[in-house]
Amino acid sequence: MTSEAARPTAPLVRAARPAWAIFGERVLVGIIHVSGVSAIIFVLAIFLFVFREAAPLLFSDRFSLIEFLFSTEWYPTSASNVRYGTLALTVGSFAVTGVAMAIAVPFGLGAAIFLSEFCGRRTRESLKVVIELLSAIPSVVWGFVGLTVMSRLIVDFTGAPVGVNILNGGIILALMSVPVIVSIGEDALKAVPDSFREAALALGATRWQLVYRVLLPAARHGLLAAVLLGVGRAVGETMAVLMATGHAAQIPHGLLDSVRTLTANIAAELGEAPAGSDHYRVLFLTGLLLFCITFVVNLTADLVVRGRRRGEP
Amino acid sequence: MMRDERTGTGLLAAAALSAALVACGGRPGGGATGSQGTTSSGKSVVQNKGSDTMVNVAQAWAEEYHKVNPAVAVEVSGGGSGVGIAALSKGSIDIANASRNMKPQEIEDAKRNTGKEPKEFIVGFDALAVYVHKDNPLNEISIDELAQIFAEGGTAERWSQVGVKLAGEKDDKIVRVSRQSSSGTYEFFREHVLANKDFKQGSRDLSGSKEVVELVGGTRTAIGYSGMGYATPAVKMLKLAPKKGAPAVAPNVANTISKSYPLARSLQMYTLGDPQGGVKDYITWVLSDAGQKILEQSGYVSIPPDRRIAPAPAAGGSAPASAPASPR
Repeated sequence: MTSEAARPTAPLVRAARPAWAIFGERVLVGIIHVSGVSAIIFVLAIFLFVFREAAPLLFSDRFSLIEFLFSTEWYPTSASNVRYGTLALTVGSFAVTGVAMAIAVPFGLGAAIFLSEFCGRRTRESLKVVIELLSAIPSVVWGFVGLTVMSRLIVDFTGAPVGVNILNGGIILALMSVPVIVSIGEDALKAVPDSFREAALALGATRWQLVYRVLLPAARHGLLAAVLLGVGRAVGETMAVLMATGHAAQIPHGLLDSVRTLTANIAAELGEAPAGSDHYRVLFLTGLLLFCITFVVNLTADLVVRGRRRGEP
Repeated sequence: MMRDERTGTGLLAAAALSAALVACGGRPGGGATGSQGTTSSGKSVVQNKGSDTMVNVAQAWAEEYHKVNPAVAVEVSGGGSGVGIAALSKGSIDIANASRNMKPQEIEDAKRNTGKEPKEFIVGFDALAVYVHKDNPLNEISIDELAQIFAEGGTAERWSQVGVKLAGEKDDKIVRVSRQSSSGTYEFFREHVLANKDFKQGSRDLSGSKEVVELVGGTRTAIGYSGMGYATPAVKMLKLAPKKGAPAVAPNVANTISKSYPLARSLQMYTLGDPQGGVKDYITWVLSDAGQKILEQSGYVSIPPDRRIAPAPAAGGSAPASAPASPR
């Protein structure tokens, strides 16, 4: 009987938290919600802002989208014949990013595999600190390294006339994307259940067989996502490529040619383009193009990650 | 898995943010100052408008002068020499900056509109040097040859085509070093060397005068242009001939001031009638050692002390016979 009498009081006691605690919790929940949503709001707001600045030119009849996308002639301030063709810049962006990925992917994934599978705990902790430090170096510093140290090395080793070129920008961007690839890649490998490793070892696999027959296939979606995030890092970089690539608007014919990227072009010209002029608007349109490229890359990464989740039991 | 997704969104946001930051971040000193609320607090405001080439140095002068004489605020805006002169001849500004001389028609307009004769003050010089690597055997070049190298449609792609043999270079393709299209230097070069035609594509368009000289100094096959004050031991300044066959002129201060060097011009300030009060003090200060030092820091050529022609000392009096209309 006594227990029956006590039963209704028990929940009451638990609910009787002070009002400030309940209120505080609601506020905290609200703040967390807002921060969660804010990323989306920011992205949308920025997209709308960029679009609004570009729209008057995009929909005017003196502007040709075909020319914008497929002409290589970028003469925004010509006195006689203004031409806004961004193909050379787009190709420049892709060329530098491609070289960066060709260097960063083997090194990044290799480092991720080493960190997660082969090295001892103490080595791993110190290596991770160093790699994270690498990602904390400001891009201007990277650009300066490219402009001074790397360009001289490239001239010495390759005999190229100019040291600021695709190779230089690619190496600098690779150094900047490796930390991203390593940390995401290591997480992906860590997420493979230990039972996979145990099963492989029990079947007599060597460590190397374990890595390339079991872990890489199992973590392939996560590793791909790591690579794509590295690509996003490289495509969006501004300052370092402005300094390291030579900033020449041309279709490159080799690794040692200078190029100009979309981002660097915006950085170099927007400061001086009169607000509201066609040049100003076309630079925003370039930003929009860049936005679309980054968006596609990230969307691909996201879909790949989702594909992995669906594929899992 | 959540982690990856979050990083993805964050990255996207970061990319967008950086784009927007680039979008918003205009460079300091790029355009007009706008009003500084001087009419309510300041005693006098000097309106200064004109040449985009001079806008940075005009800005620097205005800022420094405000420290020297806080009672006077100088408001600077650009727009181009023609815009400044037009505003002056309507009487809506006090000083017009111009990197060219006023045309006779413009002087007539100003006289008719305001009843006052425009007065010219040369406040500095601007000269571009053409740089090559110090090992390049070339010593002089003509404007025509420069146009062949730099202009769209120009035929000179290799040093051998302009008669230069570079020792020990397999590939003598000319590496053209230029400036980004928003630079005044770029426009000056385009106007005076390329006759307003466009630049050939594929030049390295650097964002600073100093960087041009550095890249040329490190590249044996390069040619570039930049302010005269930026020379280093690694580069060589070429003598320039206005035409092929004409005698070449060395880029130095004397030839700049005499304007015999083809890529030299004087920078002017124009006022209506003899400047009075704050305007006069300001121009006098611009022509002082302090003002000329700022000019040099902005990459221009200062006027030697004995060539400076300051506003007439007698305030309010009629202009002396040697009014600074044209010192040459």
